[in-house]
Amino acid sequence: MKPIAILKAVAFAAALGPAAALVYGFYTQDLTANPGDYITDQTGWWALAFLVISLSVTPLRRLTKWNELIRLRRMLGLFSFFYATLHMLTWVVFIHFFDVKFMLADVAEKPFITVGMATFLILLALALTSNRFAVRKLGRRWQKLHRLVYIAAVGGVIHFWWQVKADITEPRRWAVGVAILLGFRLWWNWRSRVSVAVQRRREPV
Amino acid sequence: MVIKKASDVRSSEITPKGVYLRRREFLQASAVAMAAAGFGAWAGVGEAQTTRTKLKGPIKKSSFSTTEKVNLYEHVTGYNNFYEFGTGKDEPKVNARNFKTTPWTLEVEGEVAKPAKYALEDFIKPYALEERIYRMRCVEAWSMVIPWVGIPLKDVIDRVQPTGKAQFVEFLTLHDVARMPMQRTGVLDWPYIEGLRLDEARHPLALLAVGIYDEVLPPQNGAPIRLVVPWKYGFKGGKSIVKMRFVEKQPRNTWQVMQASEYGFYANVNPNVDHPRWSQARERRLPDLLATTRTQMFNGYAEVASLYSGMDLRKNY
Repeated sequence: MKPIAILKAVAFAAALGPAAALVYGFYTQDLTANPGDYITDQTGWWALAFLVISLSVTPLRRLTKWNELIRLRRMLGLFSFFYATLHMLTWVVFIHFFDVKFMLADVAEKPFITVGMATFLILLALALTSNRFAVRKLGRRWQKLHRLVYIAAVGGVIHFWWQVKADITEPRRWAVGVAILLGFRLWWNWRSRVSVAVQRRREPV
Repeated sequence: MVIKKASDVRSSEITPKGVYLRRREFLQASAVAMAAAGFGAWAGVGEAQTTRTKLKGPIKKSSFSTTEKVNLYEHVTGYNNFYEFGTGKDEPKVNARNFKTTPWTLEVEGEVAKPAKYALEDFIKPYALEERIYRMRCVEAWSMVIPWVGIPLKDVIDRVQPTGKAQFVEFLTLHDVARMPMQRTGVLDWPYIEGLRLDEARHPLALLAVGIYDEVLPPQNGAPIRLVVPWKYGFKGGKSIVKMRFVEKQPRNTWQVMQASEYGFYANVNPNVDHPRWSQARERRLPDLLATTRTQMFNGYAEVASLYSGMDLRKNY
């Protein structure tokens, strides 16, 4: 097996770890006095974590020039969607038990829920169009659509930030992480544009 | 889940109290030393943490107690909002394990006939301890049933004799950065302040708790003495109280100072007035997964309604 294939298999198994830990913790009754909130918090945390990890694939690839890393990106993005789906389901089932009226009121009235739902819908759209068929069908528009992941990352951080009561230490960390990853892209684009311009100037007239 | 049973024989009955106390101090000091040496995670710090002491003296039962199922000791003492010891629910239990509550001085000041400083033992001595099994409804939309032990606040107030000017009582939590590590940060405005209108404070349900499950109140639950006002959201229950101040004007309580649009002075449990982040119509009775228990007006303590007759509880949230 090629190193990238091994890495991918390891990453896949590791990415299931948090979900396995929740299942195990649930059966051993070890998820605090408030297992419902604990599961909501953990799945939300991992959804954001995998979103950020998937966003760090491209910078890593550029810095290490190990281009095969790109083969991890879709899987990592789908794990973000996987945890985001569980996270959203805890809200549907635990908090509202399928009561549509309460859910709509929540989305309309609570800004952090509005942002969270919007972020989930972006991830849903990206997950649905992550297969080869969609890539081929959408062509150039695919890349445009998938740039929404940047908005999803910002949305995820805002959703986290706004639901915190007083201690913003953690959402602030995520904000810094996302800022660095998005900043890297701006810097990289700027750098490549400059180097193209420099090359052009050096060309004989 | 393993529930450790408290020993029936008090440690103080075996060992002379002075020696016993010094032993604890020694253990705590060595725990601190070990933590400093980097062994804190696994070293003998558990000793101080798991010391559970039965309260002395008889404990009266009360007709105010609910017959609902009481929550597990592990849940009541392992899931706490006590920001002085960390903002995570599991942090106070760990960070407060060496919190020393003896000696403890409680000061009564302001508009009272008898302002005074009391040693905690003297402050409590005149009153009989009562068990009050109350529902505790957190503003975060979860609730527990907790068997508090304490003294009626009303009896304390009658004894210190507020003057005609006194309209409110303020409760101040200890402000000691060395003992409450999170007070180094600005996460809240320290010290934590809570307040009640004098007639609320005189309601027979209001309690100054010094214990749970017939045992001395653990640090993470607000040792050595805390306020319990069961018809209000949990944050009204100031912990580790060092001062009761009788005042003329309505105090600004800590969470109101933090975010006045979200937390008011009254903070009565009210399913009809939503918090911007939590619907208050329903709640999660821990450890349930489903948060579909209907929240009751005044947390089910309807007898307090007359305190608020004529008031708009949407405005006075």
